[in-house]
Amino acid sequence: MKVEFDYTRSLGPVLSRFMSALAQHQVLGGTLSDGRVVVPPPEYDPVTHAPVTDLVPVSDTGVVQTWTWVPEPVMDQPLDRPFAFAHVLLDGADAPLLHAVAVDSPEAIETGMRVKARWADETTGTIRDIRWFEPTTDAASTGSASMEFGEPEITGIVSPVRLTYDYAASPEESKFFRGLADGRILGQRCPKCHKVYVPPRGACPVDGVPTTDEVELPDRGIITTYCVVNVPFQGQQIPIPYVSAYVLLDGADIAFLHLILDIDAADVRMGMRVEAVWKPREEWTTDLNNILYFRPTGEPDADYDTYKQHL
Amino acid sequence: MRDVAVVGFAQRQMKEFDGSPTCVELLVPIFGELFEQTGWTKGDIDFWCSGSSDYLAGRSFSFVSAVDAIGALPPVMESHVEMDAAWALYEAWIKIQTGEVDTALVYGFGKSSAGVLRRTLALQLDPYTAQPLWPDTVSLAGLQARLGLEQGLWDEKAMAEVVARSMTDAVGNEYAIRKGETSLDDVLAQPVYADPLRRWDCAPVSDGAAAIVLAAGDKAREVQDRPAWITGFEHRIEPIALSARDLTTSTSMQQAAAAISGGVDGVDLVELHAPFSHQELVLRSSLGLADDVTLNPSGGALTANPMFTAGLNRIGEAAKRVWAGESDKALAHATAGPVLQQNLLLTLEGRNA
Repeated sequence: MKVEFDYTRSLGPVLSRFMSALAQHQVLGGTLSDGRVVVPPPEYDPVTHAPVTDLVPVSDTGVVQTWTWVPEPVMDQPLDRPFAFAHVLLDGADAPLLHAVAVDSPEAIETGMRVKARWADETTGTIRDIRWFEPTTDAASTGSASMEFGEPEITGIVSPVRLTYDYAASPEESKFFRGLADGRILGQRCPKCHKVYVPPRGACPVDGVPTTDEVELPDRGIITTYCVVNVPFQGQQIPIPYVSAYVLLDGADIAFLHLILDIDAADVRMGMRVEAVWKPREEWTTDLNNILYFRPTGEPDADYDTYKQHL
Repeated sequence: MRDVAVVGFAQRQMKEFDGSPTCVELLVPIFGELFEQTGWTKGDIDFWCSGSSDYLAGRSFSFVSAVDAIGALPPVMESHVEMDAAWALYEAWIKIQTGEVDTALVYGFGKSSAGVLRRTLALQLDPYTAQPLWPDTVSLAGLQARLGLEQGLWDEKAMAEVVARSMTDAVGNEYAIRKGETSLDDVLAQPVYADPLRRWDCAPVSDGAAAIVLAAGDKAREVQDRPAWITGFEHRIEPIALSARDLTTSTSMQQAAAAISGGVDGVDLVELHAPFSHQELVLRSSLGLADDVTLNPSGGALTANPMFTAGLNRIGEAAKRVWAGESDKALAHATAGPVLQQNLLLTLEGRNA
């Protein structure tokens, strides 16, 4: 299972200037209340909590203060081959920057070694504008104090986050999904309160006990409640307006959300009887999307009193 | 302050849990075990509080799904923190202090094996200048370990001693994942993995769930002959900026220990939550522990470190020994955040009366 989201983050005055400088291959540190120059500049002084306002250029060359070998890099780290993470004390700074150092083996790096930033050709105003650090023989230098900074150009960053997971279904969910592949809808009954849950859950939310008895349910039931989707959104696939509804299958005690089609949105009613429209059999998988949508059966509506406890 | 005690504890830990990311299948039997320990039913629990994170197993609102394990009808009073359940226990303790409730059940759960744990945890770093580099947990611990090694604050042998003692002590802990009679030489014979760390210096990726029951005054005496009374409870945090911290010491631990009511004098047993061997050394020196203190008799987090309960387990393990009369004053510790950013301490005292 993959989860991906891009965080769009606005930058305050300190980080705007820091990121704008990075985009110009320049590193800024922040001067703290104790006079130390810290990179990256914190937005607030960690001791006095006053805003940090004094930013000064530091060098893009410095000294490794501590390092660790990364024998098996994980996705999106600065290098996809073994490398070192290090604290690099840049010339002109009093606190180290965490970044990668590109060397071939742990024997090729040591504390005290001088390293220099390898800049990205095309900068984006993020910490990744420094691709990594590399060993250098350059002598100590200081930041180019002559650099002019106008209004910061970079006022926001996008942080892409990609995560992958092995998703294990619970035993009850496994039965449910396997049943779907055969066109069956399998719920579970609570041994205590006898309520039938579909999709089944690991425990009865009323009694907190595992559900044990399997119950096969028909693919028809009623609409308990619904909403008409009128607002377009990203990823929308069905023309609006359309109806999302809670469908309560006959014999079940909990409704689930599904789509209602083959009817004008304005004609959908609470209590309306509906049936599942399945994909062609050869397309069935272990997925609730085997049911494309629900459509009205034309049977008389259910009486409100028969489903009011499910609202 | 009201007298509040730990009166129940149940845990499950395993290398890989073959079940749902909400761990409901683990929580149901854990709650059952606690009802057996206390003789109570869910109606006797006034407040429920949990610790977990959706990032761990990629399941949104997993803490809401986990409420199924309670059976929340009629509705229960419930809360959640996105931290180790030791902090959920802090919230529950405060709740009892307000006088609004007398009992609480605190639980945590996490399925670390569902993702790449050391990578997922990069999401707790500064999102502007650190997280985009995806510094993994093991690498950050390695930076910290080398600082101490090269400054002469600890050495390879001291780290290996922590590993050997932890794995040997864990033999008696049925829930420990990495355990066995282990000598200093056994540890030093292991290859270095993420230089300067060996694999055994790093806690194993662990899944699990755990829960603790808190009760005030007579409620506590009702269910435990020798309740583990909470006599001090403090937690402190350090800046998110790694460059603003001295990683070779733990100022938050020092501050918590200095502030804790009743102090740490007279402590005869300590359960420290150190996911890396050298971090135990950092914590010990920041606490200034006496030499005759029993340290991590459970084997500690180095032998099983289920996210969101490894800290709560330290409290439970310490409480168990107070109940049994093996400790008169125990100190339990939990950590959270990158390289010991946050530290929580509580003292548990047994009274013979």
